[in-house]
Amino acid sequence: MAENLKFRNPQLAQNIAAKIRSLAPKAGKTKICHVCGTHEWTITHFGLRSLLPNGVEVIAGPGCPVCIVPAAEIDEAVQLAKMDVVVTCFGDVLRVPGSQMSLLEAKASGADVRIVYAVSDAVEMAKREPNKPFAFFAVGFETTAPSTAVEALNNPPKNLSFLVSHRLIPPAMELLLGVGDLQIDGFIAPGHVSAIIGLKPYELFPRVYRMPTVVAGFEPIDVLMSIYMIVKQQAEGKARLENEYPRVVKPEGNLKAQEMIKAAFTVTAGNWRGIGRLPDSALQLREAFADHDARLKHGVHVEQGKDILLGCECHLVIIGKIRPNECPMFLKGCSPEKPVGACMVSNEGTCRVWAKNVAVQA
Amino acid sequence: MNLQGEKANVDFGQGVLREVNVSLVEAKVGDYVLVHAGYAIQIIEEEEAKETLNLWNSILEAGQ
Repeated sequence: MAENLKFRNPQLAQNIAAKIRSLAPKAGKTKICHVCGTHEWTITHFGLRSLLPNGVEVIAGPGCPVCIVPAAEIDEAVQLAKMDVVVTCFGDVLRVPGSQMSLLEAKASGADVRIVYAVSDAVEMAKREPNKPFAFFAVGFETTAPSTAVEALNNPPKNLSFLVSHRLIPPAMELLLGVGDLQIDGFIAPGHVSAIIGLKPYELFPRVYRMPTVVAGFEPIDVLMSIYMIVKQQAEGKARLENEYPRVVKPEGNLKAQEMIKAAFTVTAGNWRGIGRLPDSALQLREAFADHDARLKHGVHVEQGKDILLGCECHLVIIGKIRPNECPMFLKGCSPEKPVGACMVSNEGTCRVWAKNVAVQA
Repeated sequence: MNLQGEKANVDFGQGVLREVNVSLVEAKVGDYVLVHAGYAIQIIEEEEAKETLNLWNSILEAGQ
């Protein structure tokens, strides 16, 4: 549908870029931060930065749900795997480094670790093999949390538990505003997170922080349009919350999904790799589901892990403080084939997106 | 897509069919859905998509 409807139309892209250029002198310095790995992919893959005038810059914030899972939680998954619990996870999670090893390394040393496409696959596996304990490693932002909630609420098999590492995006955006030398002038808010949570959670950014905020889709025209909308607000000296992606994002979001998240989880403080502990930024299963909480059921708890290896600058890439090519290890010892840091592991990681698309950009 | 309880067969284009859980949306046969990790998370409004493009074109023309 997207292509039929010309969301990749080059002429439209050129028109929008021209509008951005014409507004740029009035807008002045405009540093725009997005918080979604898929936005970074669109921007990098389609070379959108090359269309922007001097002064208008787009940086990538903590938008990769796999990259921000702290090592301590990978360690918990590894512990489960070593206790002969079958650990099921999304493919991206497999190679994320823990303090001692990744789940892939645990698998190589004999643990039963299985990739699933959806949490429902884990449910099916657990039903098929009722004599084995299973755990689903629930990683992801608000986009993924509802699917975990659906299965947690749907009377899951007794032998299935959830290792919940879900995180919430708005608290991370708020954190970025406190990072003094980042000096962000506007936010592109993530379309698919917003499809769930709606517009309300972003209202504080224009109201409290005077930060133009535009919810955007993932086609190149969507992203360019959102940049234009932010630059326009900046030129007018205004800060508003706007929705560029109404074909998917309703103002109220997906109420059914919100209800399910609420029914299954409580909001709590959580650690983010490269960032640290953020209040009210993580989900944990409600007490009613304690029998299915992998941490409680199997007694795993890791307080502190080793998030960043020596020489790796993932912690700076994750908050948009440096670009991947400013890390001394980027493609020099850290590559998609042999990743060192989490940002090079996941398809949504900024380093991996750059590594895979550098040739296109150059 | 066609529907069976909380599961639906969704056409991902070019004849690629996958079973998707639709319990998070009020979808009916023929709807376009946004699928994330095996679950439909929102219905995509085709009319809204067309309107968005019309709106953009008008915004851009107005400023020229």
